[in-house]
Amino acid sequence: MYKIKSAEFLAPNIKKFIIEAPKIAQKRKAGQFVIIRIDENGERIPLTIADSNIADGTITIIVQGIGKTTQELNSLSANDSIRDVVGPLGKPSHIENFGTAVSIGGGVGTAIAYPTAIALKEAGNHTISIIGGRTKEFVLLENELRAVCDEVYPTTDDGSYGYKGFVTQKLKELIDSGKKIDFVLAIGPIPMMRAIAETTRPYGIKTMVSLNPVMVDGTGMCGGCRATVDGKTVFVCVDGPEFDAHLVDFDLLIRRNRTYSKDEKTALEHTCNYDVAFEKALQGGN
Amino acid sequence: MAELTKKERMKIPRQPMPEQDGNVRSGNFKEVNLGFTEELALLEAQRCLQCPKPVCISGCPVGVNIRDFIGLISEGKYAEAAAKLKEDNALPAVCGRVCPQEEQCESKCVLGVKGEAVAIGRLERFAADFERNTLGIRTPQIKPKTGKKVAIIGSGPSGLSCAGDLIQMGHDVTVFEALHAIGGVLLYGIPEFRLPKEIVKAEVDALSKLGVDFQPNSVIGFTDTIDELLTSGYDAVFIAVGAGLPYFLNIPGENLNGVYSANEFLTRVNLMKAYRFPEFDTPVFDCKGKNVAVFGGGNTAMDAVRTSKRLGAAKANIIYRRSENELPARAEEAHHAKQEGIEFLFLANPLEFIGDKDGWLKQVKLQKMELGEPDASGRRKPVPIPGSEYLMDIDMAVIAIGNGSNPIIQKTTPDLSYTKRGNIVVDPDTMKTSKKGVFAGGDIVTGGATVILAMGAGRTAAKAIDEYLKEGK
Ligand SMILES: Cc1cc2nc3c(=O)[nH]c(=O)nc-3n(C[C@H](O)[C@H](O)[C@H](O)COP(=O)(O)OP(=O)(O)OC[C@H]3O[C@@H](n4cnc5c(N)ncnc54)[C@H](O)[C@@H]3O)c2cc1C
Ligand code: FES
Repeated sequence: MYKIKSAEFLAPNIKKFIIEAPKIAQKRKAGQFVIIRIDENGERIPLTIADSNIADGTITIIVQGIGKTTQELNSLSANDSIRDVVGPLGKPSHIENFGTAVSIGGGVGTAIAYPTAIALKEAGNHTISIIGGRTKEFVLLENELRAVCDEVYPTTDDGSYGYKGFVTQKLKELIDSGKKIDFVLAIGPIPMMRAIAETTRPYGIKTMVSLNPVMVDGTGMCGGCRATVDGKTVFVCVDGPEFDAHLVDFDLLIRRNRTYSKDEKTALEHTCNYDVAFEKALQGGN
Repeated sequence: MAELTKKERMKIPRQPMPEQDGNVRSGNFKEVNLGFTEELALLEAQRCLQCPKPVCISGCPVGVNIRDFIGLISEGKYAEAAAKLKEDNALPAVCGRVCPQEEQCESKCVLGVKGEAVAIGRLERFAADFERNTLGIRTPQIKPKTGKKVAIIGSGPSGLSCAGDLIQMGHDVTVFEALHAIGGVLLYGIPEFRLPKEIVKAEVDALSKLGVDFQPNSVIGFTDTIDELLTSGYDAVFIAVGAGLPYFLNIPGENLNGVYSANEFLTRVNLMKAYRFPEFDTPVFDCKGKNVAVFGGGNTAMDAVRTSKRLGAAKANIIYRRSENELPARAEEAHHAKQEGIEFLFLANPLEFIGDKDGWLKQVKLQKMELGEPDASGRRKPVPIPGSEYLMDIDMAVIAIGNGSNPIIQKTTPDLSYTKRGNIVVDPDTMKTSKKGVFAGGDIVTGGATVILAMGAGRTAAKAIDEYLKEGK
């Protein structure tokens, strides 16, 4: 049993949990994840470790309630327990001093990009953070990111806060303003990550994305998490989760993630709103 | 019971295993084999000639004293028979169900020369079930505590048998398991209808009672490395992580929706209980009314195809590139599969999976094969017949062509010696690796093998670890 020490909503439907898991807290590096199972009948789902506190022996995860398990998770509060938490899994983010590094998070992806943004800063990069949210309420961790990054740009689809538009547009603006950008990390809905990949491709900027396929064991035992990168099959749980965005087959990832959405309705439930907005924008020829 | 003459004994026919009817069981996950009644067990046990020099024992990888345990059954001493079994085999209720006896002990039985071998496996199961159901698993005496600590990595049959022996020798034992539940392939691979999970649980509970400390959710390499275990108070380590890396066919279309590795399909159904979805949260491909093809011919393939049938598949096929003679699965499994309406397509090799526009599997392109010269394995090698390609409609595919070794240990413990295929190199007499205090056994050493071999390795390792702990070398 892993005890929840605190649980609070950061935005509608997005909840931050601090969980007692001393071993994992000690070991985890930016970019790694845990697999959790809420109770005896639960499924195993991967969640990125957003932060940890070695002294308290805790890890932080930030969860958007979209599927059955994440919604159930978000109904838990402090002092409740989670049956199983295993980790840290996956390869840590590859960190070096690239020069200028931009970390981009869309919706809950901001939480996933956050630890890597810190690590990039610690490695000596000039670090820029772009935070994408549908509306102001969905701009996550702005204060936390301001505390570590050199530049922070919140963006909202409706202009209710910060820059009006998508994270891709803001990124393009930065590039076009003549800023030399050496590295981009983008984490968020798949259409967003794909759009970022297309934004940086013409400029040859090294771009990494964190993939979120369906997983079971998280140790390379089942192959359920496979994706295609550079024409080759990878197991995201052990070979990733971060991959070169310019080589990822995003269509395949989207299709495989629909394996268990029985009909359009469930399919939609499994797609967060930032996703839908992006899908629409992309269809509009953006 | 009156002593029978040898002649009378030889007149008794081999007793059949009572089983659930094929049509009924293909719709449920209950155990197929129901087990011998006392009456059947007594009859079967009397068939044993109690040879002065029993050759059956030479067919058992762990040297179970077969003659004596069967002798005890024929005297009605079932609990004693179970105890006799346990002298050499930590998990007789499991082995009685899943060992390939027809290739091992029973293949050596002298009765088999002219007639049918004694049903050793069925008797083993009978004695072990009798013990569990009537007395509960009895806990043996534990030697005084030695103060030494051993870490076992992996809770499959190899890890469990090693843990059982070491705890009895007085050592403290912690078993680290990557998954949330204990049992390895016995739990996540072999289905309920062949090995009820309650049996695995009973064995694990008995080990817990003896004091074995089970730590689930511990992926060694990530959670702790082997070096960290050795420096944090463990005096020895036994690596029993199995062969957990599924091979794929590496053909186009393999990442379409509906294509699974056997590991994923079976783990979803067995470990995560997807067959009871939505009571359990984990889903699996909805097989109802669908065409399922399982590629491969081993036990895993049989387990997968029979599972798909139980999930409601309209057609469930085994597609194997060699012929029926080369089928590596146990004869009983293939026979059971046929009774359940599984179709077998031999001498066919998949070339490509074809999907619809949404990425769902719809067809497989197959090529007909014929048998050529024997290959390295001694089996005749399948060779493609040119121009024989054709399409078959399928909705789901399961790839069951074997497992390689999972690289997590190798990546995090590079100072062990490994074979080219990533298996750990050990001294077969002691299971010692190239690293001091580190032992390894089971599928991670042999590649995918059998439960009994994995258990035997755990046992050999336990003995060597005990010596190592006493002598420090
Ligand atoms: C579907 C299927 C059917 C089979 N049927 C039969 C049969 O009928 N008869 C038969 O004799 N054999 C059968 N086998 C083979 C048999 O199950 C294996 O040979 C046997 O289980 C190997 O035992 P093991 O202890 O070496 O490993 P496993 O049973 O594979 O156990 C290894 C355990 O280690 C854990 N692990 C892996 N990596 C780590 C890590 N880094 N840290 C912590 N834990 C880790 C795994 O999660 C697993 O629980 C079958 C296999 C399969 C897959
Ligand atoms: S989740 Fe099973 S191999 Fe990645």
